[in-house]
Amino acid sequence: MLDIRGLAVSINDKPILHGIDLTVPQGEVHAIMGPNGSGKSTLAYVLSGREDYAVTSGSVSFNGRDLLEMEPEERAVAGVFLAFQAPIELPGVGNANFLRTALNALRRSRGEAELDAVQFLKLARAEAKRLAMPEDMLRRNVNVGFSGGEKKRNEVLQMAILRPKLAILDETDSGLDIDALKIVADGVNALRGPDFSAVVITHHQRLLDHIVPDRVHVLSAGRVVRSGGPELAKQLEKSGYAAVQAEAA
Amino acid sequence: MNAITETGTAGLLARYDALRGTLPGDPAVRAAAARAFRSLGLPGANRGRRSEAWKYTSLAPVADMSFGIDQIADTPGHRNAGAQNLMVRAGHVLPHLSSQVPGFTRFADAPSFGMQDRLDSDPLVALNTMLAEDGAMLRVPDGVDLGLVYLVQTGIGGTSAHPRHVIRLGKGARLTLVEQSLGKGRYLQNPVFDIRVGEDAVLNHFRVLQDGDDAVNLTGITVNVAAGGQYEQLTMVAGGRITRTDIRASIDGPQALVHLDGVQLLKGTQHSDFTSVVRHAAPNCTSRQAVRSVLAGRSHGVFQGRIEVARVAQKTDGYQRSSTLLLSDDAEMDTKPELEIFADDVKCSHGATVGALDLEQLFYLRSRGIPDAEARSLLIRAFLVEALEPVSNETVRAMLEATVDRWWEKEAA
Repeated sequence: MLDIRGLAVSINDKPILHGIDLTVPQGEVHAIMGPNGSGKSTLAYVLSGREDYAVTSGSVSFNGRDLLEMEPEERAVAGVFLAFQAPIELPGVGNANFLRTALNALRRSRGEAELDAVQFLKLARAEAKRLAMPEDMLRRNVNVGFSGGEKKRNEVLQMAILRPKLAILDETDSGLDIDALKIVADGVNALRGPDFSAVVITHHQRLLDHIVPDRVHVLSAGRVVRSGGPELAKQLEKSGYAAVQAEAA
Repeated sequence: MNAITETGTAGLLARYDALRGTLPGDPAVRAAAARAFRSLGLPGANRGRRSEAWKYTSLAPVADMSFGIDQIADTPGHRNAGAQNLMVRAGHVLPHLSSQVPGFTRFADAPSFGMQDRLDSDPLVALNTMLAEDGAMLRVPDGVDLGLVYLVQTGIGGTSAHPRHVIRLGKGARLTLVEQSLGKGRYLQNPVFDIRVGEDAVLNHFRVLQDGDDAVNLTGITVNVAAGGQYEQLTMVAGGRITRTDIRASIDGPQALVHLDGVQLLKGTQHSDFTSVVRHAAPNCTSRQAVRSVLAGRSHGVFQGRIEVARVAQKTDGYQRSSTLLLSDDAEMDTKPELEIFADDVKCSHGATVGALDLEQLFYLRSRGIPDAEARSLLIRAFLVEALEPVSNETVRAMLEATVDRWWEKEAA
């Protein structure tokens, strides 16, 4: 489903990723761990189509299509979703209106009927309730005045409503207390199934206690230096990245 | 159509000569206006001088416009269904197409010229006073709420229109006036509004200007607001080659409120100038001049705002802001705020911001599957939300929002 081969990426002529190879089969959840500056967020942004990154070599195919050739909105239509590490505030744009516009854009491009405001609110309220979000978060402007935890939950709410095939969660656990972490993890786990894959980017093993990955990859200095099963995350937590980096070198 | 061979200033003076004998009202007022117009000219056209008030706007394109005299026919045009409509075509009221609005009379039947103070310094008012043939006069008696009235002004290519509108609200009266300006071809639309808002009366004046691409709209508004009265004005410009709105509001009694707001949606080589002056002549009053401009292409927006606070006008709360969203590197915004304060206990603020669409926000929207043009439209609507959201009349708000959406759809296409 997601097949990354030899992906090298620069920003402002500075190389960040030095040839990433990573395959995420359909239905699997893969964790990417690594120290600050290892390129985790860059990988997330490149997969979702942010324009200020230059792909210098390599390829990314998603369900057989060349992902790098697609516009960000085309990737979303194809089923890619990025949960932002720092969700963007949109003053003047109501959260419900934003979510409905996004959902209807996806439905339209898939040839499905658009939802009217009443149908949409019913769906959104149910999802918000499952994520233990106060209902007024739908009425407020997108992420404006939200706490860090509320912003992260709002990302998961968007994911729950848009139902992607591939979710990339970029440090969705950062800034969450343990209760919020469980709620967010439950939100992700609820989507798990044969048609859902995820790339979970995190610093800490903590999140992976709740979202148990099929595979764990360690990213360091723009390369995947180690891959393994869920036990790799526990090992990292114990021995730190330095040990794994030393081992790889 | 009577041909007038001269163009520009000379064409307008020739129009005056042709109509002279038939213009309603006191010929001495017309002659004085003609003298003033002859001396002021069209700023920037036919050697007409550009005073400080016309620093950023030139009427050069009017120099070769011609102003034939139209044979007015009651041809149906845009009309708002199920509503009170006052229809004005090429400056003439169309009585058969207009609704029976209580308190409505025609300027042509009983002309009354106010605004003499602007005559000698303001070419648009002088021009209108020289040539006004008709217009809508609306008197709302004390305590009456007239609801929503549309004033639909249609311009006709190859001619000029100088309607003179007189609006009077009695004590505690209420009116929502929606002025629409439309038309095809190369015409000059030059309306003047003479407005008085009585004690505790409320006038909501919305202006939706969607003049043709080759049209010039030069509007002058003078408004006096009595104690406890409210005049809330919003001009939305989404058309025309050159548009200028010049509003002078005088707050004459305490506890009154004046909003002179503008939304300018410009593209191509369009030029729009929003010039407003609020004079606080009484204490404890509030005023706001807030202009939001969205500029695409090589368009040019102007906001000149001025607050004058007289010595007696203590506890004045004046606010002035210009916010601009540039959709192109070639567009230009000029903002000139002015404060003239003679009282010592006042709160007056002004500010201006200019920015482009935020690329992070745009990416966030697109990453959720919203196509680029729709994402930009959402952000433009978000930029305008402060101007549109407070509009409490839902019909009017929907009309303004639809105008924004239509403007953007055409621009994005």
